[in-house]
Amino acid sequence: MNNLPERAERYYRLYEENIKKIAENSAPFINSFREDAIAGFLKTGIPTKKNESYRYTNLDAFFNHDYNSYFIPGPSDFLKAEDFRCDVTDLDAYGVVLLNGFYPTINGELRELPEGIRIGSLNEAANRFGDKVEKHYGKCINGNPDGLVCLNTAMASDGVFIYVPEGAVLKRPVQVVNLVDSETDMFSQHRNLIVVEDNADFTIIICDHALSPVKFLTNAVTEVYVGENASFDIMRVQNEHNNACKITHTFIHQERNSRVSSNNITLHGGLVRNSTYHYLGGEGAESNSYGLFLADKWQHVDNYVSVDHAFPNCTSNQLFKGVLDEMATGAFNGRIYVHKDAQGTVAYQKNNNILLTDDAKMDTKPQLEIYADDVKCSHGATVGRLNDDALFYMQSRGINKREALLMLMFGFAHEVIRNIKVEALQERMDNLVMQRLRGELSRCASCMVKCDKLH
Amino acid sequence: MLIIKDLKAAINGKQILKGISLEVKAGEIHAIMGPNGSGKSTLAGVLAGREFAEVTEGTVTYLGKNLFDMAPEDRSKEGIFLGFQYPIEIPGVSMVNFMKTAYNEHRRHKGLEPISASDFLKLMREKKELVEIDSKLTNRSVNEGFSGGEKKKNEIFQMAILEPRLAILDETDSGLDIDALRIVANGVNKLKRPDNAAIVITHYQRLLDYIVPDVVHVLYDGRIVKTAGKELALELEEKGYEWIKEHV
Repeated sequence: MNNLPERAERYYRLYEENIKKIAENSAPFINSFREDAIAGFLKTGIPTKKNESYRYTNLDAFFNHDYNSYFIPGPSDFLKAEDFRCDVTDLDAYGVVLLNGFYPTINGELRELPEGIRIGSLNEAANRFGDKVEKHYGKCINGNPDGLVCLNTAMASDGVFIYVPEGAVLKRPVQVVNLVDSETDMFSQHRNLIVVEDNADFTIIICDHALSPVKFLTNAVTEVYVGENASFDIMRVQNEHNNACKITHTFIHQERNSRVSSNNITLHGGLVRNSTYHYLGGEGAESNSYGLFLADKWQHVDNYVSVDHAFPNCTSNQLFKGVLDEMATGAFNGRIYVHKDAQGTVAYQKNNNILLTDDAKMDTKPQLEIYADDVKCSHGATVGRLNDDALFYMQSRGINKREALLMLMFGFAHEVIRNIKVEALQERMDNLVMQRLRGELSRCASCMVKCDKLH
Repeated sequence: MLIIKDLKAAINGKQILKGISLEVKAGEIHAIMGPNGSGKSTLAGVLAGREFAEVTEGTVTYLGKNLFDMAPEDRSKEGIFLGFQYPIEIPGVSMVNFMKTAYNEHRRHKGLEPISASDFLKLMREKKELVEIDSKLTNRSVNEGFSGGEKKKNEIFQMAILEPRLAILDETDSGLDIDALRIVANGVNKLKRPDNAAIVITHYQRLLDYIVPDVVHVLYDGRIVKTAGKELALELEEKGYEWIKEHV
């Protein structure tokens, strides 16, 4: 391993030292992916700016660091998780709390929700619900060469598994709260698998919180399979702290006539990278990918979106927005790939950003590869300031400048938030964004865990 | 109410207003007419506090105060309203939130408590009828996706809610069909009171068939070149702006 850069070697060493322990506690099927995955990781390592899709993001500050790693949780670890209460009070959801990437498995049973929906630990599901896991685990990733996806496959051993059977319609969403909590700096990885069968309708909300002020590095992979004519909604709300690095990779595979909406709201985090891959794998599929981030201080938020139009007559829409204050930096990289046979494709992409200071910086890059000829495609990106004409218009009605600026920023953000279909969550997000814009939102404001060391 | 004395203003160093003097008293409607590029919109913008033009000379006194000491929002709260020639779209900001915020700023300025949500909706309903604006429009973002006519009606709707003492309507008639024109004019007429005033800026005479001015000014090349009663508008319509040029 002499050729490996230092930081890749660090993670390879972590693998070598712990793989035995990880494997002993993991389902054999999940273990069967590990060798190939670590080989894949050794090929690519931790992405650098030389990787096209990480061109604007420097991972060094979080990856060149020694972390305590967390592989096997004990029952006491989950007590804190049980204490956690989401403060979106009107949110009528089935709640699940993950601690450091592990599902709090008490007796290994998968929880059963109405309409035969199963939810539980991925690792336990691989043992007890093998056929469903085996059919989809590792499939949506589809050989993705990203070193961090490989590293996750090589070492992650748990996360949430959700199975929504054919035709099942769950009116209430499922809310998964990912908590990270540690006395010392911690690196963790988890892996989710969501299977939504034909004609089903399912909504999931994923909230990321950090409970302790130490340095966190989280590398999470979520695979989603959406069957024919099924509907799937995923919302991710990231509210961690400046010492937390969150890297998520979400792979959504869609079958014919399915509808997917993904919404990523990043309120707080030191370094955040969200990669969302939409694979339109059947005629008539529709995908909507939304994202919003608010960043200040030295924060960096990078959204990478890839939409793969592999079949004819599919529709996709991307809308990503960012508000950058102080020295914050951001990146957007939106890829649309239209295969030769994907005639009748409609694909839109929009990325708008507002820089509130001269020091804030945003890089945005559309990447369109179109090999079909009957295609309707558009993309547009803006990086700028708030509209002076709109500001004057509001002032001319008697609204003072500060309030007008806030309303404009809020309006800018609301264009993404209004796509959240769960009403209580939409209201809550509007509120959080307003508080964040007013500078009133500390990370403790939305954290219900009673701890005394965070003040 | 408003006294403008020898007002000169420049945009990017180019002199646009070249010495305008004008007095508007309570209860009056003044029309300012003139060809394109004569400085009509610049004058409106300067009065409302838009920063695009630099005032190089002259004074404007509004209700006894120096207008240029006041920020745009304070001018609004003191009763000046500018109806925009090109109303601005503000995506993501709802009409209700926009107008309620503005209305409450005005109330606070007068030392009044904020209006309750239900009273405000009632007020909106009442004013909507006045300008015959579609109810659905006020549930949308400010001017977003509005047609040209709807945007202009929305200006009058906002004016109806804020009840200004001095309304400055900048080419509110441009791009309107005859029905919309009638509605807009009707709104202006209904809001007329002995203690308020309006400056109606227009290129064409036809708006003045509906809003009858007390005084008509002709603005040409940054100066008021003619002032007379409402008959001036008709004469102008008949003879065209070329006729004015001959008089300069």
